Amino acid sequence: MITNLFYFLSFVAVLSALMVVFSRNPVYSVLYLIITFFAIAGHYVLMQAEFLAVVHVIVYAGAIMVLFLYVIMLLNLNRESEPHKSNILKFAAAICSGLLLVVLVGSLRGTELLKHSEAGEVSSTMGGVKNLGKVLFTDFLFPFEIASVLLLAAMVGVVMLAKAEKKTNL
Amino acid sequence: MVPIEYYLWLSATLFSIGVLGVLYRRNAIVIFMCIELMLNAVNLVMVAFSNYLNDPAGQVFVFFIMAVAAAEVAVGLAILVMTFRNTKSTDINMLNRLKW
Repeated sequence: MITNLFYFLSFVAVLSALMVVFSRNPVYSVLYLIITFFAIAGHYVLMQAEFLAVVHVIVYAGAIMVLFLYVIMLLNLNRESEPHKSNILKFAAAICSGLLLVVLVGSLRGTELLKHSEAGEVSSTMGGVKNLGKVLFTDFLFPFEIASVLLLAAMVGVVMLAKAEKKTNL
Repeated sequence: MVPIEYYLWLSATLFSIGVLGVLYRRNAIVIFMCIELMLNAVNLVMVAFSNYLNDPAGQVFVFFIMAVAAAEVAVGLAILVMTFRNTKSTDINMLNRLKW
């Protein structure tokens, strides 16, 4: 049952990831990317990381993709007028990424399997809010605070960058 | 339980599709989306190993990667809007004048 679900979610994720690359209209690319993110969230649920699945849906499908859609609408890009690379460059791109896949799979195939966890049974509450919150606020407290500074810096930077320059526009 | 190797193959495939998109397209927004795809492939393999080794640190790392990805997308899209104002296009080849 779980294996069949894994195959189904993997198929959806890979197919819609390919459609992100090959669809002409950027709006369709965004929508296919949302399907990919939901499939990956399904994988997280399969791996008993429920908290991460919910956060993934909220942050990626809810915030980042809406940001992409807003920018596409703001720049009025919802048409298929994008210039395309020449055929030889497209062919080279496909060859390069295929070779990368071969290298990744080939380098990972020969590796020895890691020892399974000493505890044996995977505890089903490991990915829950309670356990993750405890780890986040004890072992990873300092990186957590640094992340807040990073988000503040990003917010200030975005406001400075996207602010209309009145002198040049007038 | 699904073996860990299957997750490795899946995330290698997703990462390669992301690289393909970065090399294949000229629209800067689609290139950003493909970078997000690559980040998600890495997240997937981190959660798989965290589940496999029964160690919650991997999931906390994924949490931090999500925060960094959100900041990166916001700044990147702001830069994109700036370049669109100047060049009236999101074509990545218009930016080759940055060389000079």
